[in-house]
Amino acid sequence: MPRTTDVIIQLTVNNHPGVMSNITGLFTRRAFNLEGILCGRLEDTKTSKMYLLVNNDNRINQIIKQLEKLYDVLEVSICTNCDYEVFDNIHQLIQGK
Amino acid sequence: MKCSGGEIIIRLLEEQGIDKIAGIPGGANLPMYHALAKSDKIQHILARHEQGAGFIAQGIARTTGKAAVCFATSGPGVMNLLTAIADAKLDSIPLVAITGQIPSSLVGTDAFQEVDTCGLAIPITKHNFFVSSAKELFHILPEAFRVAEEGRPGPVIIDIPKDVQLEEIEIDIWPAKDRNNERSIDIYMNNDKAIASLEDIDQLAEMINGSKKPLLYIGGGILQSNSHKLLYDFAKKNSIPVASTLMGLGCFPSNDPLYLGMLGMHGAPYTNLILNETDLLIAFGVRFDDRATGKIAEFCPKASIIHVDIDPAELDKNKSTNFSLAADIRLVLDELILSIEENQREGWIKEITAIKEDYPFPMKKKEDAYHPLNLIKSIGSMVEDDTIITTDVGQHQMWVAQAYPFQKPRTLLTSGGLGTMGFGLPTAIGAALANPDKKVICVSGDGSILMNLQELATLADLNLNITIIILNNGVLGMVRQLQELFFQETYISTKFVTNPDFASIAKNFGIKGYDFKNNQEPEGTLQKILSLSEPCVINIPIDSSENVMPTVPPGAANHQMIGGKKYA
Repeated sequence: MPRTTDVIIQLTVNNHPGVMSNITGLFTRRAFNLEGILCGRLEDTKTSKMYLLVNNDNRINQIIKQLEKLYDVLEVSICTNCDYEVFDNIHQLIQGK
Repeated sequence: MKCSGGEIIIRLLEEQGIDKIAGIPGGANLPMYHALAKSDKIQHILARHEQGAGFIAQGIARTTGKAAVCFATSGPGVMNLLTAIADAKLDSIPLVAITGQIPSSLVGTDAFQEVDTCGLAIPITKHNFFVSSAKELFHILPEAFRVAEEGRPGPVIIDIPKDVQLEEIEIDIWPAKDRNNERSIDIYMNNDKAIASLEDIDQLAEMINGSKKPLLYIGGGILQSNSHKLLYDFAKKNSIPVASTLMGLGCFPSNDPLYLGMLGMHGAPYTNLILNETDLLIAFGVRFDDRATGKIAEFCPKASIIHVDIDPAELDKNKSTNFSLAADIRLVLDELILSIEENQREGWIKEITAIKEDYPFPMKKKEDAYHPLNLIKSIGSMVEDDTIITTDVGQHQMWVAQAYPFQKPRTLLTSGGLGTMGFGLPTAIGAALANPDKKVICVSGDGSILMNLQELATLADLNLNITIIILNNGVLGMVRQLQELFFQETYISTKFVTNPDFASIAKNFGIKGYDFKNNQEPEGTLQKILSLSEPCVINIPIDSSENVMPTVPPGAANHQMIGGKKYA
């Protein structure tokens, strides 16, 4: 269920060292908020999938356009059918509840 | 055939058509230099500081439109290069920086001269590559050039550990050159994404034809896409006045009646006031930078906005548009020019002429020969219009932008985005290397020139046709001006306690030096010196209380500029 306060951006990226810092570096440099990251390698490929939890504000289009410009980012989309509870579960893990 | 990584790098650079590389050798890039020693196609320019090498490469890239190459060693070599790389990023200059890295086995151990080059590169490059084996070079090197030149150009760093440069691999047949990587200024002509649809063109034409007071706001995208001629025909056909950003100067002839000069913080009063009246702002190859727009909410308040830029992320970034298009401006203009009507726009032109007359640019009286605006204007009248002007950053830079009569694209090389003092001299060296038939003039200040003064030694080595003009006011003039206007005349650390004798410094580097200290006839002497074609430094004292006017106060809208009327 999508929520109005947050959005999950779904990325397909080249799987090699440095990709994660390229992406998080973009968020730092452009002063975008990044609330959570999930990342894992796609089996039998050289790519990974990343899910970024970000605030749903008027900068979302700019974030997506900037992500699309990154060399190792192959696909970017807003995930409409993602289960936001995944991030909630992680939240619980982090908080030790 | 056995080839080392270093040999592969040099041969691939030769295949890219590179004939000059600026750099400094060091421990971690020695194998590349060893291979370079055997190249008869590439000339190495030994700079005296890696930042100088980066800007020399920029001088080549900014005048040719093609990616230029610089070399640096690991650690401090990389660190010194970074400012020139960041500068290239903000002005969209194609650069391929190849840096040596300590051997792979030592990476991560805080070894001697180790820094995380790729980590440092992330926020200031278009992309960075770390090479982990010699065979990867065949893919990465051409790819780096493609990335640097394609779409919106920018810098790329390739970091190569020393062991990869030394690694020998067996090559049966040298891989054929990838046709898709053929280098040309038209490289993004093949990019499907950069083409506009017919519907887009129709909509643009309809908006322009239907507007009463259209105005073109042009920038560096015009020269990057090589579309200045088309732009001229386009503006003329529909009688659309043209305001330019700092980066766009030279893309529209400054003596044309439709030309409005530079807009923004130090634009002419009439330019910023005419922008207030337009009903359709046609923004081509610009990024709505704060120095150009002033307070963005009050920029062109009566206008609908059309924005065309090759970088989709620039559209609707700072200012919402009515119609935007991520496309190559040349391809758009090619079509659009057929769809717009011929129109004299007599009413609009009359209104513009009236505003121009009522709010002129505050030029000083001609008799004041040492006023920087008059000096720059007279330099402009003495040299050919293909003369390349480089500037440093500060007051002199804005005076050049305001008063120099630019006629052709790529004749002004200036650090627009990053505003790097020390840019002018090394960039002039690169420009002169790439344009041996042209004169290059570096206009600098006594603050800026000292920031990369060591490159006078490089200039002496190469004996290029570069005239360095130092407008010497004994202060960090632009900062002093800000302290005067906005910090209640509290001057701190802007006046130099001592001031070196620049003419003597030049002579001691082996370059001619002139001092205008006691010269009553600066114009005559300038004319004589500029007619020569040898490197020289001219020190010209100017009044330290002179300000760049008009100016838009921080946070204010462009029409709230100060210092326009006072000087008129």
